[in-house]
Amino acid sequence: MSKKPGWKELASGDLLEAGTAKEFETGDWRTLRPIKDDEKCINCLNCWIWCPDSAIIVKDEKMIGIDYRYCKGCGICARVCPPKVQAIKMVDEREFREK
Amino acid sequence: MATLKELSKRPERFTGGHRLCPGCGASIVARQVLLACKDPAVVTISTGCLEVGSTIFPYSAWEVPFFHSAFENSAATCSGVETAYRALKKKGRLPVDKEIKFIAFGGDGGTYDIGIQSLSGAMERGHKMLYVCYSNEAYMNTGIQRSSATPRAAHTTTAPVGKVIPGKKEFPKDLTGIMAAHKIPYVAQTAVGFWRDLTTKVEKALAVDGPSFINVHTPCRLGWGYQPDMTVEIGKLAADTCFWPLYEVEDGRAWKLTYKPKEKRPVKDLFNLQQRFKHLLKEENKGLLDEIQARIDQDWEDLLKKVEK
Amino acid sequence: MKRVARTGNEAMAEAMRQINPDVVAAYPITPATEIVQIFSQFVADGLVDTEFVAVESEHSAMSACIGAAAAGARAMTGTSSQGLALMYEMLYIAAGLRLPIVMPEVNRALSSPINIHCDHSDTMGARDSGWIQIFSENSQEAYDNVIQAVRICEHPQVRLPGLITVDGFIISHGLEVVDLIHDEEVKSFIGEYKTERSLLDIKHPYSLGALDLQDFYFEHKRQEAEAMYNTPEVIRAVGEEFGKRFGRKYDLIEKYKLEDAELAIVVLGSTAGTSRVVIDDLREKGIKAGMLKIRIFRPFPHKEIAESLSSVKAVAVMDRVDGVAGFGSPTFNEVRAALYDGPTRPPIVNYIYGLGGREISLEEITSVYKNLEKIAKTGEVKKIVNYLGVRE
Repeated sequence: MSKKPGWKELASGDLLEAGTAKEFETGDWRTLRPIKDDEKCINCLNCWIWCPDSAIIVKDEKMIGIDYRYCKGCGICARVCPPKVQAIKMVDEREFREK
Repeated sequence: MATLKELSKRPERFTGGHRLCPGCGASIVARQVLLACKDPAVVTISTGCLEVGSTIFPYSAWEVPFFHSAFENSAATCSGVETAYRALKKKGRLPVDKEIKFIAFGGDGGTYDIGIQSLSGAMERGHKMLYVCYSNEAYMNTGIQRSSATPRAAHTTTAPVGKVIPGKKEFPKDLTGIMAAHKIPYVAQTAVGFWRDLTTKVEKALAVDGPSFINVHTPCRLGWGYQPDMTVEIGKLAADTCFWPLYEVEDGRAWKLTYKPKEKRPVKDLFNLQQRFKHLLKEENKGLLDEIQARIDQDWEDLLKKVEK
Repeated sequence: MKRVARTGNEAMAEAMRQINPDVVAAYPITPATEIVQIFSQFVADGLVDTEFVAVESEHSAMSACIGAAAAGARAMTGTSSQGLALMYEMLYIAAGLRLPIVMPEVNRALSSPINIHCDHSDTMGARDSGWIQIFSENSQEAYDNVIQAVRICEHPQVRLPGLITVDGFIISHGLEVVDLIHDEEVKSFIGEYKTERSLLDIKHPYSLGALDLQDFYFEHKRQEAEAMYNTPEVIRAVGEEFGKRFGRKYDLIEKYKLEDAELAIVVLGSTAGTSRVVIDDLREKGIKAGMLKIRIFRPFPHKEIAESLSSVKAVAVMDRVDGVAGFGSPTFNEVRAALYDGPTRPPIVNYIYGLGGREISLEEITSVYKNLEKIAKTGEVKKIVNYLGVRE
């Protein structure tokens, strides 16, 4: 939202359109970044169902990536990845910020 | 009962970009409840973490019609929306073929405490709606104050652990039991950590012709004091220790366990992972820990007697 | 038109039947219980196709109405006193969310001490909640006002909730002659309820009631204020049209023998009826007495009040409530403030009377005029705030 609307421009009564939080990125909250190893991933979708930030991207039953615009780096995805698979690693976010 | 692959093809109706804590259990509940609902849904909510964190003007994380008005009235508000639906359908002002589901959310403060009257009223009146309580066992939104869902001995900011008092003095209220006593078509208890159990219960609840209630044990990393990646593990442990058994009750009569731990673990294993219970692990509080364990054992036995053989 | 005998409650319930709202959610409370009771019977007899919700409290009554209105339904409820007080939180929310809920409300004293009879402490407590407030003198007005309120509240430039009051027992239970409008005419007068947005419009989902912080709250409240600024014009237009169609015209205020009056009292509700008798009597004695009846308390008709009191020599404002504010009561303070910008500022006094249903007699109202006569003569106000009818 570039310029905030005045009262005459706003829809009345504290009403806002659905799903607009997608325009608000929470990725900069992250201190740890989940990194997926495509070789190891078995597409069990555990990470997807448990992600609190709807940040695991699934297409055609396959986990195809992580939406870093929203991922807050909680690490649940890495934790729920089956112990024998371990396809997600949490990496210090600073490694990516400095680059 | 949908598989993960099936669920993953449904539209995401709780978006990213909300402002709940990293690892928040409530956001997992919201997502999974909406994923389990195949029909169009209208959501109402009580004031609390989930509401405040998901709708900060001008950003809303809800892709479904969403309505918040106050703290204690999610159920009453939802009952009004549901009544309007019936009224307008009857008057021919809404398409009759499309069925809309009505889902009210509330935290434990908004459900066990300040909203229990509104909830009880709406359930007794038979509105066709599902009420989901995401119980994180304290008033987290205002900064971790005790509620009637807070476990015995847990540390909160209004029942703190001090030099003479070791946290909350009382055991929590059995809200699920209270709702079962309403003899509504469907009542269940589930926990974050069991997506299949939760989504199956939501499906069942939404299929009944009348009110339904689901109480979800919802770990809160801030209020319970654990690392954010442990949310799902802690939820699982709550069921594995029988601290929070998973069951359902149909028509207030037919009690059924939906999960029986292979091996019932001591509650100490659950408490170990949470800062709010760390004082319980001290030698001087061993008696208190034993008392809590005894209560859990007794409740579990009582539940086993109630469930269908 | 059909002439019948109706109590205030019956008349308002009758208006509700004719409005045939989509949803009514209500809870019983003396002396407004009958409204809910009569309406439930209409539902049971199939005379309306309203969905009636017998909620477990007034807080839930207003919450359910709010939910229903947000879902695109025409929603109504009715209450009184403690019930209104229990709704208090939700009153502001209904207004802030711009939901045009219409609510008959019977004026009754607020506890404590507990009392079931008339005064205006309940309604006055809600005066800044963003609700339109319409006071009715008798059953006929109550009936007419409920019907007009639907049009006023739902007007696109307004979209605010409104409450229509009658005085507890005096009017709510008093049997009076009422001219009823035909059902079809009421239906055509109020029209269909149309909302811009509805929660049930699943193809166009939106969120209502989001957390509104420092950067948006003020703008939304400014919109609400604007709606109230727009309201007087709408009330007048609706009152005018009502008059043309049904022969009873309504305005923001009503003047009784005020044009040439030297001594004026300002009243709300049923006391206006009693005052007319006193005024007629005083006029016969050559005393130029008059009355200003405030029909619309919110939005407050400050300009009209200032203008109509501009030529009087002394004014008494009758408050059936004690603001317990340390100085004066609500109507007095607001009328007095309105006069500040008027062409003249006549001397003005406050009379607090009738609390908890204490009757007000013709003699007592006459005594108010006697005091005004003294004030007009001397130009001196000895006591600004006075109590009428309380034992010393």
